[in-house]
Amino acid sequence: MVVKVISANYAVSHAVKLAKPQVIPVYPITPQTSISEYLAKFVADGDLDSEYMLVESEHSAISAAVGASGTGVRVFTATASQGLALMNEILFVAAGLRNPIVMANTNRSLAAPLSIWNDHQDSISQRDTGWMQIYVENGQEALDSILRCYRISEDHDVLLPSMVCLDGFILTHTAEPVDIPSQKLVDSFLPDYQPQESFLDPENPRSLGTFTDPNYYMEARYQMEVAMEKSKKVIEKVNQEFNEIFGRDYSFVEEYRCEGAEIILITMGSLCSTIRDVVDDMRGRGEKVGLLKVINYRPFPKKEITEAVKNADRVAVLDKNISFGMGGALYTEIKANIDVESCGFIVGLGGRDITPKHIEDIVNKTRNPTKEITWIGLKEEV
Amino acid sequence: MDSIGGTVKNPGSTRNNKTGSWRTFKPLLDKDKCIECDNCLLFCPEGCINPDYDTDYDYCKGCGICEVECPVKAIKMERE
Ligand code: SF4
Ligand code: SF4
Repeated sequence: MVVKVISANYAVSHAVKLAKPQVIPVYPITPQTSISEYLAKFVADGDLDSEYMLVESEHSAISAAVGASGTGVRVFTATASQGLALMNEILFVAAGLRNPIVMANTNRSLAAPLSIWNDHQDSISQRDTGWMQIYVENGQEALDSILRCYRISEDHDVLLPSMVCLDGFILTHTAEPVDIPSQKLVDSFLPDYQPQESFLDPENPRSLGTFTDPNYYMEARYQMEVAMEKSKKVIEKVNQEFNEIFGRDYSFVEEYRCEGAEIILITMGSLCSTIRDVVDDMRGRGEKVGLLKVINYRPFPKKEITEAVKNADRVAVLDKNISFGMGGALYTEIKANIDVESCGFIVGLGGRDITPKHIEDIVNKTRNPTKEITWIGLKEEV
Repeated sequence: MDSIGGTVKNPGSTRNNKTGSWRTFKPLLDKDKCIECDNCLLFCPEGCINPDYDTDYDYCKGCGICEVECPVKAIKMERE
């Protein structure tokens, strides 16, 4: 175990090195680029024995990842924003073929207008592809999540790909202390990948990715839903083992000062760090507020969110994404699934700063709601 | 379904898909006119014409390629 002050992108790269995928097809894109570079260096220096594939686009990166996974090996790729959008078609293929690929997505807004800055529109727009999604708050969680995701994705009850989502720049380019576990410890948690079902085996010939008529398609999709449901138990088991080995405790959601809270703010990713400070300040002034961080977004932790907010008067859901004409994704899902009064807030699109003042404003607006969905931090309402 | 991800575990599963049900027009061969050039069996996309030029109607989808490729017009497509 070594604690180093590194960016979340470097933390992801260390996790990949420790997970030892045999194939890494990547295409660089801001703010993911340094992941591609660190991994290229690890391979070039002989620190990681992996086939590093130079591809000509993100569509090719994920296509190569699917092909490699189909040979029965562990695979990693990473992207962001336009790159993830370009992968869209093959994201469905990877999930449908039940390839346990793990990908890091460094969250960045989508054009137009063109922007390299952070929000969650890119990965939220891919929520229906059949990939599991985890949103991390810091570099340590990014590293830990890559390792946890391999275990979860490769479990034979699951066999679905995972996307680890980390906020562009806010995390990817910010250095903070990260505990890098030893190879020995990681090996005891994450053994070599043993493919069993959907891969090409000369001893046992089979066809992958075939045409399917209406007699079979629906069952294949239903199996994916069953796998997504079963993944919840696997996630619990993997989190527990992870805690036993590494001493860091993860769950589907993380509660912060939710006990006795009248208003609970719910969001995902690095924004939770800002909110935690504001919660402390407001609690210091006797205001009963709390934070609920949603870590696993797919599968959706309905039970855990329900349990966490059951005593709150109202919740405020902060989304760094927008489904135009409907509201933020997390808000609409909480509204539809959880029996609690909720207000939706659209924040931080395209890297717009979210300050403690904005968070306090959100708490006040939730106390006296005037609108269902409010955009926070707009310079002017147009 | 005993496989996951649509994996086909037993090769040759296309045989289960009888494309003959797609057919509207049926190729009929006049063996007296046939000069045994093999064009039809080479061009048939379903591979359902055998070396004796008999057509397997379980799989013939009625595309009419054999009729077009026959140099002596020995094959005629007729409505089923
Ligand atoms: S109609 Fe088409 S499928 Fe049928 S025998 Fe002729 S070429 Fe083959
Ligand atoms: S293409 Fe015509 S002539 Fe040639 S083998 Fe077929 S039926 Fe006979």
